[in-house]
Amino acid sequence: MKTVSSFGLTLFSSALLLAATARPLHADTDCLTCHSDTTMQDANGKNIGVDANKFHSSIHGNLKCSDCHKDIHDYPHPDRPAAVQCESCHTDEGASIAGSVHAKAAAAVSGTTTDSGAGWKGHPCTGCHGNAHEIVTKTDPNSTVYPLNIPKTCGGCHGDPAMAKKFHLPNVYDLYIDSIHGFALGKEGLLVAANCTSCHGAHKILSHTDPHSSTYRTNIPGTCGSCHVGINEQYQKGVHGKAVAAGNTSAPVCTDCHTAHGIVEPTSADFRMQSTPICGSCHRDKFSTYRDTFHSQLGLLGGYTETARCWDCHRAHEVLPTSDPNSPVNKANLIATCGRCHAGANASFVQYQPHANARNRKLNPALYYIRLFMNLLLTSVLTFFMLHTVLWLIRSRLQQVKSKSSGGKNA
Amino acid sequence: MPEPIPTVTAPVPKASIAVPPAVPEKPRYFLRFTLGQRSLHAVLLSTFLGLAATGLMMRFSGSIWAIRFAKLVDGFGTILFFHKFCALVLTIAFLVHVREIIARGIFKRDKSIFWGPTSMVANWKDVKDLFGHMRWFLGLGPKPKFERYAYWEKFDYWAVFWGMVVIGFSGYAMWFAPFFARFLPGWALNAALVIHSEEGLLAILFIFSIHFVNTHLRPDSFPMDMVIFTGRESEEEFKTRRPEEYQRMIAEGKSATRITDAPQPWLINFSRAVGFTAILIGLTLLVLTLSAYIAG
Repeated sequence: MKTVSSFGLTLFSSALLLAATARPLHADTDCLTCHSDTTMQDANGKNIGVDANKFHSSIHGNLKCSDCHKDIHDYPHPDRPAAVQCESCHTDEGASIAGSVHAKAAAAVSGTTTDSGAGWKGHPCTGCHGNAHEIVTKTDPNSTVYPLNIPKTCGGCHGDPAMAKKFHLPNVYDLYIDSIHGFALGKEGLLVAANCTSCHGAHKILSHTDPHSSTYRTNIPGTCGSCHVGINEQYQKGVHGKAVAAGNTSAPVCTDCHTAHGIVEPTSADFRMQSTPICGSCHRDKFSTYRDTFHSQLGLLGGYTETARCWDCHRAHEVLPTSDPNSPVNKANLIATCGRCHAGANASFVQYQPHANARNRKLNPALYYIRLFMNLLLTSVLTFFMLHTVLWLIRSRLQQVKSKSSGGKNA
Repeated sequence: MPEPIPTVTAPVPKASIAVPPAVPEKPRYFLRFTLGQRSLHAVLLSTFLGLAATGLMMRFSGSIWAIRFAKLVDGFGTILFFHKFCALVLTIAFLVHVREIIARGIFKRDKSIFWGPTSMVANWKDVKDLFGHMRWFLGLGPKPKFERYAYWEKFDYWAVFWGMVVIGFSGYAMWFAPFFARFLPGWALNAALVIHSEEGLLAILFIFSIHFVNTHLRPDSFPMDMVIFTGRESEEEFKTRRPEEYQRMIAEGKSATRITDAPQPWLINFSRAVGFTAILIGLTLLVLTLSAYIAG
């Protein structure tokens, strides 16, 4: 559907014919006399036709043309009618969009302010809402902003590689479509599944670097939590949630582990396989010691997705310090926690250290000396026999050459 | 092709073809290893290769070849299953061997198992042989006259014996961790992985470099000592390799009890195929191990 974005251009043919006979316009029918031709174009080839039926059944169908095209009172009308100011009625939306990333981007492109909409490629509203004369309510499945249609609408720009490159945006559309939200929305038609606007808002979309943005780091738990209420409650009780609430911006929020657009089912093999290094990107020492263990070795090679990952023991959202009696890794709870996988785990079994560091003499002296002994054994045996073998090889070869040249037998 | 092989230590068929004019009668063959012993070695060899290959993939689970192979066999589950399967078979072989030692040594009161020239237990002669051998390496003395089992063969035996106990015990401790935790402290489970993997690495590096060269690839045996596969060696080989045992046999007048037929051609070919495959797999694993070590 090609969008008619503005009437701000000359109606050449009509103007030439009827230039002399100006008269007031009284009814929509007067406008539609000309504009009902849906193939009608202006001098620039822009479609300026209006489908009367669609217009009348649209949400604005009971308005008069001049309610929006306020500068047109009689005929012939100006060559370049002013851009329609939707915000004259939609005040809040107008104010919201004026401070949004879209307005800033438009300003950056055109080098002008955006109050008049002059900087937009099209009209600031119709870019998302579609043909101005055919706008229907957002609960209508035909609406471009009906929840199930929103990703496609936003994706018109944000799924365009050229656009992504130009504005240094990740190609979020593809990520979203393949994500659990995209799947729920697109494949299963779940109206409640998160679409673009659920997280970013519709009109007042702000950059994630803006502290007022719904996607600003510290606001993300609240944003996701508007749907995932239960998870957010757990998260807020955990160390990460508390740190974020206390203003620690380096503590992880939802998107650090789940990503923003390419969110996968957290119990899926893919997620279980990819996510341990995410925790490890902050908890480096714990990750390194985890990688020394069987849990990690099992996990890395794939196929054993049920092997313990960070969150299987520490929980994913309500991560608590070991000292907290509610923590699954608190001493009192270890038998239950380990026992979830290891049937028959007892008090001795749970003394196993999932993050033991055999290289650290202070933390794990027994393990340190065992490793040292094994390494010494390995190097001494190999060194001795390597030397033994090399000398033997040389001697045998010499003997062989000697006996061959003398025609005798070797030893 | 391997370089020309000296007549005396040449593999059996070549010697029998090349030598006849020099030897008045057909060369005699002596049995060194019984079918049971050879079978035990065969089981040890094949399960060790399986354990090494799967074990290395777990030890170096971050390496590209491990991950690629894991994908090929549909993940870690298959690798661990195969590792455990080989471990079980090897455990059975180990128990069969121990049962035999007990049967012979304790029930039949065969003391030659524990001491004497045919025992695997190290004795003073082994110490003398070790130093004598090294003097010979440096050209400072004559080559020692070895008995039935030379000191490095005894070392191989005990290294495998100790290795199986240590690796086996630590392996089963991890396999049945909750059970072992009934009588082991928790940190022992941490130690089990360290010991299992270090001892496993030692075994792999030792077998695929030292054992291969000492037993098969050194010039006197090159490319392979077939006796562990055929069980038989010619009188010439016997005499040069283990002169002390040969002389003892003659002195004790027991040569007749050990004389056997020449190895059949099919047995030689089969042994070659098995032996070379094992060496090829072993050397490949050795290269992968070293590369993983260097890569960190």
